Amino acid sequence: MALGDTLRGSRLGALLGARAPAGDAAIAAAALRSDRFRQEREGDWKRLDAIVTRIEQGRLRSLSDEDLLALPVLYRTVASSLSVARETSLDAATLAYLEALVQRAWFQVYGPRQGLGRWLLRFLGGGWSRAVREIWPDLLITLALMVAGAFVGWKLCAADPSWYFTLFPAEGDPRVPGAGQAVLRASLFGQSQQNGLAAFAAYLFSHNAQISILAFALGFAFGIPSLLLAIQNTATLGAMLWLFHSQALLPDLIGWLSVHGTTELFAILLAAAAGLHIGRAFAFPGDLPVLEAAARAGRRASTVMAGVVLMLVVAAMLEGFARQLLDATGPRLVVGLSMLVFWLWYFFAFRRDPGALR
Amino acid sequence: MSAAATSSSATTLPTQRFRLDQARRQRTVLTPEGIPLRFTLATRSARAGALLLDLFLVGAVMVATTIGLIYLAGGTAKAMGQASGAAGHALQFLFILWLAAMFLLRNAWFLFFELSPRGATPGKRASHIRIAARNGGRLTAEMVLARNLLRDIELFLPLSFLLSARDGDMGAAGIAAAGWFLIFGLFPCFNRDALRAGDIIAGTWVVEAPRRKLEQALSAARAAAPGAAGEYHFDAAALSHYGEYELQVLERVLRENRGDQLAAVYQRICGKIGWHAGAGDERAFLAAYYTQLRARLESGMRLGQRKADKFTGPSR
Repeated sequence: MALGDTLRGSRLGALLGARAPAGDAAIAAAALRSDRFRQEREGDWKRLDAIVTRIEQGRLRSLSDEDLLALPVLYRTVASSLSVARETSLDAATLAYLEALVQRAWFQVYGPRQGLGRWLLRFLGGGWSRAVREIWPDLLITLALMVAGAFVGWKLCAADPSWYFTLFPAEGDPRVPGAGQAVLRASLFGQSQQNGLAAFAAYLFSHNAQISILAFALGFAFGIPSLLLAIQNTATLGAMLWLFHSQALLPDLIGWLSVHGTTELFAILLAAAAGLHIGRAFAFPGDLPVLEAAARAGRRASTVMAGVVLMLVVAAMLEGFARQLLDATGPRLVVGLSMLVFWLWYFFAFRRDPGALR
Repeated sequence: MSAAATSSSATTLPTQRFRLDQARRQRTVLTPEGIPLRFTLATRSARAGALLLDLFLVGAVMVATTIGLIYLAGGTAKAMGQASGAAGHALQFLFILWLAAMFLLRNAWFLFFELSPRGATPGKRASHIRIAARNGGRLTAEMVLARNLLRDIELFLPLSFLLSARDGDMGAAGIAAAGWFLIFGLFPCFNRDALRAGDIIAGTWVVEAPRRKLEQALSAARAAAPGAAGEYHFDAAALSHYGEYELQVLERVLRENRGDQLAAVYQRICGKIGWHAGAGDERAFLAAYYTQLRARLESGMRLGQRKADKFTGPSR
C-alpha cells in the first residue's frame, strides 16, 4: 500500500515535471484564479499568434497544412477565451493582448479570401454578367437618356448648324458643317498605313478608362453627373451623325463608329448606369438604412465597373487596330455588330453560377 | 491613482480627455460567431499620413518606371539604329508598357495590396491601420474594388479643381465647382465614423490594427519571487478604496517600473489606507497590493459586483 502510494506519488511528480518545471507548478498554486485561467490557455494563444504573424508577414506558404487547418479552430478558442476573460479578469495587459489577437485572427479568418487572380476568374465566369443583370433598371434609364441625347444632338444641329460647334468643339478638325463629301470620306477611310496604331490604342484606353471611372464615381452625387456625362457624349454623337448624314455618308460613319463604338458605348452605358445605381440607392434606399443600401449598391456597381475597364481595353484594341486595318464599311459593320451580339449574349444569356468556381 | 491621475484636477484633465477620445473611437462589431469585437477607428491624421505615404510610393515607382523605360528606349534606339522599322516597333512597345504601368499604378496599387492577406497598403501598414467590413462579415473583393474606384473624385478631382480655381480661369463657377468637389474630398471630416465616400459605397471602414506582445502576468511573476508573497497582507477595508480603473493604473505603473512613480503611488496608497509609509520596499508593497486588490475585485466580478473606480460606491 505504502509502496503503491510512493510509486503513484513519484509518477505524478514525474508527470508534473514533464509538463512544467517545478517553479511553474508553484505559480499555478499561488496565483489568482484568472492567472490560472491564463496559464492553462496560453499555449493556444501563442500558437495562434505565431500563425497569424506568419500570415501577416506574407509567408502563407511556409505554414503547414496542419496550422492552416487549425487557424479557424484556434480563432474560435481564443475568441471564447476573450469573452471569458472579459468577465473574469482584470489583468489589463492580458485583456489587451487577447483583444488584439482575436482582432488580428478575425482579419485573417474573415479577410479577403481570394487574391486578385482568383477573383478575376470568378468575375469573368459569371460574377460580372450577374452584376450587370442586377442593375437592369438603371441600364434602361441610362439607355433611354443616351438615345434621347443622340436624338437631341441631331435635332439641334438640324435646326441650327452652329450648335455643331458647341457639341463638338474640336478646333482644326476638318469635320465641320459645310465640309465636302470628299473631306469627310477621307476622315473615315484610308488610314490603314498609319504607324503607331498600338500606342494609339493604349492611349485611347487609358484616357477612356479614366473618364469612365470618373463617370462612375460621380454617381455618388445622386447619379446626376453620371447621366449628364453620358448624355453629353451621345449628343456629340448625334451631331456627328447629322453632319455625315448631310453628305450622304451615314452608313459609312455608322460602320466606322460601330467597330469599337458598340463596345465603347456599351461600356459608357454600363459606367453611367453603375453610377446611377449608387445615386439611386442614396436617394431611394427603400427599407434599408441609407448606408447599408449604398454599400450593397456600391458592391454591385463596382463589379460592373471592373468590367467596364476590361471592355474599354477591348474597345481601344478595336479602335486602334481593327478600324484602321478594315478599310471598308461592310467588314466594319460585321465586326461591330458581332461585338454587340457577343456582349448581349455574355451579359444576358450567359448565366453561370460564379459560386461554382469558388 | 498615480500621481498624475489623482493629485490635481489640472493634471487629470488630459488623461480624461484621452480616455474620452479613445471611447469616442471605439466601435463594437458582432462577429459571425456572436462575439463582440472592439475596434478602434483609425484617426483621420493616421489615414492622411498613410495616404500621403502611399501617394509618395506610387509617385516614386512611377518615376522609377519612367526612368527605367526611357533608359531602355535609349538603349534600343542605339542598338537598332540601322533597322529603323524594328526600332520603331520596340519603342512603341515600350510606350504601351509605360501607359499600362501608369494606369495600373494609379488604379491597381491600392487594390492589389488591400486584397492581399495583409489587407493594407504599405502606407497603411506603416501607420498600423487597415480596412475592415463595417458589418463584421467578410471583407470581399467587391468592397475593396468599390472603395478604391471612388478615389478619383475624392482626391484627383478636388485637387485639379482647386488648382484651376486659383488661376481664376473659370471665375465664380470654378470656385463653386472646387467647393462642391471639396465636399467629397473632406467627407471623412463630416461624419462620426470618419468614412470617406469610398467607404460608404463599399461598406467598409478603416480601423487600427494593434499588435501586442503577451506580457508576463504581474501577480504570477511576483509570487515566484521568494519571500515576497506573504510579507504584506491587507484587510478588506484597506482594499475597498479603489476600483478597476485604479487597478489598471497601478498595473501600468508596475509594468513601467520607474522608481519615482512607484514611490509617489506608494505614498498615496499608504496615506489612503492609513499605513505609515516607510521606504525601500515600494515595489514589493505595490505588487502585493495589486495582487490582493485584483483578487478582491475579480471575486466581486464573479458575483456580478463591479467597482469601476474609486468614486463608485463600496464594492460590498
